[in-house]
Order: sequence, then structure tokens, then C-alpha cells
Amino acid sequence: MGALASSAAGDADAAARTDPVTDRHRWGMFVDTSKCADGCTACVDACDQENGLNLQSEPHGDDEAKWQNQRAVWIRKVKLRDQATGHVTNLPLMCQHCEHPPCVDVCPTGASFKRADGIVMVDRHTCIGCRYCMMACPYKARSFIHEQVDQKLTRAPRGMGCVESCNLCAHRLDTGDISTACADACAAENHHAIVFGDLKDPTSPVRQAMAKQTSRQIREDLELNTGVRYAGI
Amino acid sequence: MSKRIVYREWLIQPERYWGLLAILAAVIAIGGAAALYMEHEGHWVTGMTNSVVWGLPHVFAVFLIVAASGALNVASIGTVFNKPSYKPLGRLSGLLAAGLLVGGLLVLVLDLGRPDRLLVAMTTYNFSSIFAWNIFLYTGFLAITIGYLWTMAERKGNYLQRPVGIFAFLWRLALTTGTGSIFGFLVGRSAYDTAVLAPMFVVMSFAYGLAIYMLVLMTSFEWDGRPIGPKILKRLKDLLGLFVGAVLYFTLIYHLTNLYGAKHADFESFLLLDGGLYTLMFWGGWVLVGGLLPLGIIYHPRLSKDRNWIATACALVIAGGLAAMYVVIIGSQAFPLEMFPGKTVLAFGAPGDIGGAVAPYTPSLPELLLGIGGVAVAMLIVSVGIRVLQFLPESLSDREMDGLAEPA
Repeated sequence: MGALASSAAGDADAAARTDPVTDRHRWGMFVDTSKCADGCTACVDACDQENGLNLQSEPHGDDEAKWQNQRAVWIRKVKLRDQATGHVTNLPLMCQHCEHPPCVDVCPTGASFKRADGIVMVDRHTCIGCRYCMMACPYKARSFIHEQVDQKLTRAPRGMGCVESCNLCAHRLDTGDISTACADACAAENHHAIVFGDLKDPTSPVRQAMAKQTSRQIREDLELNTGVRYAGI
Repeated sequence: MSKRIVYREWLIQPERYWGLLAILAAVIAIGGAAALYMEHEGHWVTGMTNSVVWGLPHVFAVFLIVAASGALNVASIGTVFNKPSYKPLGRLSGLLAAGLLVGGLLVLVLDLGRPDRLLVAMTTYNFSSIFAWNIFLYTGFLAITIGYLWTMAERKGNYLQRPVGIFAFLWRLALTTGTGSIFGFLVGRSAYDTAVLAPMFVVMSFAYGLAIYMLVLMTSFEWDGRPIGPKILKRLKDLLGLFVGAVLYFTLIYHLTNLYGAKHADFESFLLLDGGLYTLMFWGGWVLVGGLLPLGIIYHPRLSKDRNWIATACALVIAGGLAAMYVVIIGSQAFPLEMFPGKTVLAFGAPGDIGGAVAPYTPSLPELLLGIGGVAVAMLIVSVGIRVLQFLPESLSDREMDGLAEPA
């Protein structure tokens, strides 16, 4: 299953990988919420650019408020206030790339799948648009394409009637570029709130960062062993 | 030796019959056009969003599928539980079950993002998905029901009636358990994270299926001038009362289960107290219209003997059932996913993106038309079936029923 990452593999000028994805790596992220700046949307903007989400256009005649809840979103900034202390926290929220993803469990056709390297994504050729994965996801990470798509990028194909979500910039990884657009953008702003890397490699930046601070999973009670961990929530 | 039951085709006047078919065909055509419109434009024309991903079509589809398995119960009571007075009711029960299932499945399929990929769904399976299992449960149910009908109608197959009937009964239990489990195992959502949903769906199917069955039976008999005796009517309405009572009991257990689990207390207060439309639908639709009012009629000393009131009780159970499905399916999605306990969500994505707050949902007209189209498909199948084949017994009068009193 994981071998078929090439459907998203990339730009014409980059060499697409031909060897299967293996479980030698497990890609994941560490988010230090204390570094996530209030009002900054660099990660969201970068993701929109990278994955062609900025190319979506509101269908003529749709209600503006409804459209905001219908357009595809892969990463969103969330702002929280602790009810007891009043402490305000900012964080980016995207697909958590669970080791035991509920979306994969419920998908009737197996279109929602987990690659050997831990990336959870949707095979757009077998997705029938039933949206059961969206019902199952505890993070509202998935989006359904509600409208006809006029423009899209080769590296992020998109079609009406299918479901999609963050794939940790799989097209980059599959061409050997170990990075994601959101983490790069966060670093470019000098915030360094998002660290991306291989969770299986003790020397990777993500593991180094996690070794220094306590982190936890969102909805830890579900024991999904998420690939995205947060400090300060 | 028990009396032979005589079945006869539905003999209403041709004008009336073709008029009925024309109306049903028109409703189906409108539903089909609505589906085509939604598929062509995309789901943005519906009320559905990334928060409320299943809308009104699912309410109708799940209701019809649940009612389908319940409609088959009448046949099961005759063959599996050997109640002779239910035997003449068996054929219509099987036909109605098949019709309701086809209607529900059509709505479900036409609401997919990619209905053109139905073949993919039929050939590519993920067996950890309850949805995938349900594809087998549904198609199997259809096949078994048709076989069951054959054993009832064909004398050479009569000896198989009981084993096939038992199998069909077990299968329909599995089917409704499977349908309930579609929701029951969604751990991420407060409303669904409980196994009691599966048995609750089974009990709901008993009530909704029987209510539809009784309405269809009474209407088809009335139009054709065939008699239904007070005895069989009393049996059916008493059974309906029992099922409606059981639905209320399971509703209570469902909420107690949620209230006992402290983390679901917020959802319960949303549903029971301050959820606006959903609270209204729960108390007014699910409990009052679908439960207490029909119970009041069914056990009322005078009203319970009047067939118009019995039909009213059936209609109320159906209306309440749709409200219950609306609450279960849509209310639970509108309620925010609880990702950050102890924290208030100040912002969730761009303005307009919904998280940490109740998600709005207003059903659109095409969704409603698609759902009603599914109901019309079920009714069309039943109308044609009873017209061309011998599904309806000639009489259910008390005298006729008394002749069946001894087990065959």
C-alpha cells in the first residue's frame, strides 16, 4: 500500500521515487506551543501555497460563512484559553498522522491509508466520497471537496467529491527533501515552533526537540499514538 | 388442519393504480433530478460542510434501512416464532423490507461524493470498516429476503420457510447492529462513543418498521375493500406499543450511559437542555411525537379501537423516528469535537471555520427531495409488487384469523 506514494510525487522536474516507502522512518512533528506566535499564519499560508489550497474559489452563489466551513483546510491556527488560569495558547492543528488512525479503520474501500513511513493520506482513485473518515477523525483534520475544481497543482491533485488532508508534504519527502512547508515557514519567521523529522531516528531534530521537553498528544485518551506531539497544552 | 390462506393481487381500479404510480414516479424523478443537481454542482449546494458531513439524505437513508430490517419482523414472528395469525402478513413484510432497503440504499449511494465509483466500493474492501461489512449485510439482506419470499409463495419451497426465516431473522439483527455500529464506534465523537447505539438501533428498527408496515397494510386493504379484523389490528398495535416503549427505554439508557461517563456531560446538556433545534427535536420529536403520543393512543381505551387513530399513531412513530435520526446523525455532528478539555477555543482556523462551537446546518431543498425520492422508490416497489403478484391475503377478518389459530 505504502509503495504507491508516487501518485502525489511531484513536480515534473524532480525525480519521482521508484523504490517503495519503508518503515525505516516514521515521519512526525513536534510543536512547541510557547513559540507559536499569536496572529501569525505563516504555516497556514505556506501550506495553502504548497498544496494549492489557495487556488480554491468560492462557488458563485454560495453563502460566504458556509463556504468558510466548506473549503478544504489542511492546517489551521487554533487559539485556546485555559478556563482555570486564563493562559492563552496558540498552536497549529493538522492531521495528527496517528499510528492507529480511525479514518483508516472506517474507510470502506481502503482509500484512506497509512503509508509504511507513518503518513496518513487518501488515495484519490479509490475514495468514493462517503465521508465516513471525516466522521471518525477526532481532529477535524479532513476536508471534503464540495465544489468543482478549476485549478490545481500537479503535486497536489484535487477533485470534487473526494476527501483530503495534510500528507506531511509527501511529495517533498518522496523526492528526498526532508521538510514540510509549514515547518519551513515557521522557521523562516524565526519562530521554530514546528519541528519536522523522523520519529524513529534518535538523532533527528524532532527527537532532539522532544527529548528536551514534555510533550503530549491531543486526545491522548484515545491512544492513537499520534505522529504530531505538542508541548505546552 | 388449519385453513388455507388465499392471496390475491391488489385489485384497485386501474385509474387509481396508475394514478398512484404516476405520482410516485414523479416524486422519484424529482428526487433523481435533485441528486443529479447535487452531483453536478458538488456538495456546496447542500447544507453540508466539513463539520456536518452527513446531512438530511443520511437521515432518510438510515431511517429507511433501519425500518427495512424492522419491516421483516412481521414475517419472522409468523415463521420463526410460529405465530399463526402473523403468517398471512409474511409476504407483504418481505416485500416491504426489500423496498425500503432499496430506497434507503439509493439515497445513500446518490449522496456519495463519487457515486460513479460505486463499482470501486463493490470491488475494493477494507474489512476493518463497518461500512464495508454493511455492503455485504445489505446486499445479503436483499438476496435472503427474496429467497424468503420464494419459500413463502412457492409450495415446493414451503418446507424451507422456517430455516430460511430463522436465517433472515438473524441476518436482519446483524444488519441493524451493523447500521447502529456505524455510529457506535466513532470514538472521537461524544455522542457516538457507546456500544448501546447498536441495540438501540435494533429496537428502533422494530418500531419504525412495524409502523410503516401497519400503514401500508391498512392503506392497501382499505383501497381494495379487503377486511382487517379488530383482532389482528389489536395484536399489531399492542406490538407497536411494546416496541415504542422499548425505544423510550433504550433512549433513557443511552442518556444515562452518557451521563455516567463524565466526559460526555457537556454533550448531554447540549442535547437535553440548550441545543436549540436539537433539544426541541429530541424532546418534541423523538420523545413526545415518536414515543409518548403514540403510546397514549395505543393504550387509550377508546382511541386504541379506532383504526384512524391507530394509523395516526403509526404516522407519529414514523415522524418521531425521523426526528430521532436527525438528532442522532446531525445533532451529534453539530456538537463540537472536544479536543481540548478545560480550555475555551478562542479561534479555530480562519474566521468562519468551525471548531469548539456548535456547527450550523440548514438542510437544502435538494437534500430533502432526494430523501423523499427514496421513500417513493420503496412505495413504488411495494405498489407494483402487490399489484402483479399475490402478496396480500384476501382477508384478515376475525373469522379468517380464527381459522388460523392452531399452528400449521
